[in-house]
Amino acid sequence: MNNNDTIRKTLIVAVSLCLVCSALISFSAVELRDLQEANKTLDKQSKILSAAGLLDDDTDVTELFQSIDARIVNLETGEFDSEISLTEYEESAFSRNPATSIELTSDNDIALLKRRENFQTVYLHYDVDSLNAVILPVRGYGLWGTMKGYLALEPDLKTIIGLEFFDHKETPGLGGEIDNPKWKSIWKGKEVYSDSGDILISVIKGSVDKNSTLAKYQVDGLSGATITSNGVTNLLSFWLGDMGYGPLIDRLKQSEVKDV
Amino acid sequence: MSKAKEVLLNPIFNDNPIALQILGICSALAVTGNLYITLIMCVALTTVVTLSNLSVSLIRNHIPTNIRIIVQISIIATLVMLVDEVLQAFDYESSKTLSVFVGLIVTNCIVMGRAEAFAMKNGPLMSAIDGFGNGLGYSVILIVIAIIREFVGAGTFYGIEIMPLTTNGGWYLANNFFLTPASSFFIIGFTIWALRQWKTEQIEEPEFKISKNSLEGEKGAA
Repeated sequence: MNNNDTIRKTLIVAVSLCLVCSALISFSAVELRDLQEANKTLDKQSKILSAAGLLDDDTDVTELFQSIDARIVNLETGEFDSEISLTEYEESAFSRNPATSIELTSDNDIALLKRRENFQTVYLHYDVDSLNAVILPVRGYGLWGTMKGYLALEPDLKTIIGLEFFDHKETPGLGGEIDNPKWKSIWKGKEVYSDSGDILISVIKGSVDKNSTLAKYQVDGLSGATITSNGVTNLLSFWLGDMGYGPLIDRLKQSEVKDV
Repeated sequence: MSKAKEVLLNPIFNDNPIALQILGICSALAVTGNLYITLIMCVALTTVVTLSNLSVSLIRNHIPTNIRIIVQISIIATLVMLVDEVLQAFDYESSKTLSVFVGLIVTNCIVMGRAEAFAMKNGPLMSAIDGFGNGLGYSVILIVIAIIREFVGAGTFYGIEIMPLTTNGGWYLANNFFLTPASSFFIIGFTIWALRQWKTEQIEEPEFKISKNSLEGEKGAA
């Protein structure tokens, strides 16, 4: 039997093993990348459509998504920005780069994001020529990690069509119930702003008292998941406020034009 | 029983990696909340342990003793990354739910344990069969846990509603404890007990015997 324990043999085995393994991994990563990217895009698109209540099982997601107009918006001014192309924009890169984001202070960072990007992609859905839905990406910290989702608003910009999360790390069965269709369906028709423009939408502890004047701004809490529920309230308050889409919403309300 | 059959079937009940060897407990706790996800995990682990046993066995005569653990881990890690890539490409939903647990197959003691204990000493075919058998043994326990947890915790079986939940307007108040990983400890415990009642040769000699109450002894002496 030949001796495997010489330095020469050890090095040969180690180096060739590394080469074979890395070749296999790079090959599969390159080969499967397109499929993986397509999956990610498809998942995002279906969540955007689902938030706006446009998803139906019979039609292809990609086809449905054709009716959605994606725009880059400048969160400072609330104006659409045409200088950044949609393919160029990437949320995580923009929110890390000091040139394209701002640092949040402890009193305005209610969703615990640390930094906020200055640009975001928003999605507009038109029914023939009139605006039908505005879909805003939202995110904030829950119990175990950042919850990312989409909030869809009616053209009056205060009534919710739906809220859908596409990425979260909440406990299955407890906080993870933010994916429960029954809970998600409660959001439809709730209002986010009071008549004077304050953000009142919140997930409360327990069930909403239907006779309360605040009922239309409140959503039943998830039992056993107070921190997740609070996280949802906080992330909505953040993104609907001045630091989030506030300027955009104000501008859209004032203009009231169909072609923005 | 032929050798191959024995190697394949032994790990299922006689020498189960989870119930007897007490290996791979971590993922048995983490991914058993829902049967579908559990099945994906079982397929992933069985694939990895079969292929890692096969590859380790193929090159077993060339592995230098000094770096054998590193060689095994590199092979296992490569396979796990491949499985993860494939999962992301073909079953994105489950890969999102399983997230880190697919990657953590690397640290699953069953995979490394079989590579070191079996594949280093046996031929490629036998090693592959052994890996597959251990994958099945792991899967059987995980599936049992997942069925119980999903049923009691969410009232469903493979996503099909069996007991309508009160939250969906039914009569069954879900036991949320069964949705938390800690419940698996109890289910694994009871599974091991049941298995050892059936196969009594698996019962271990107690390591310590509780001595007689010393006070009583003194009383007896007095």
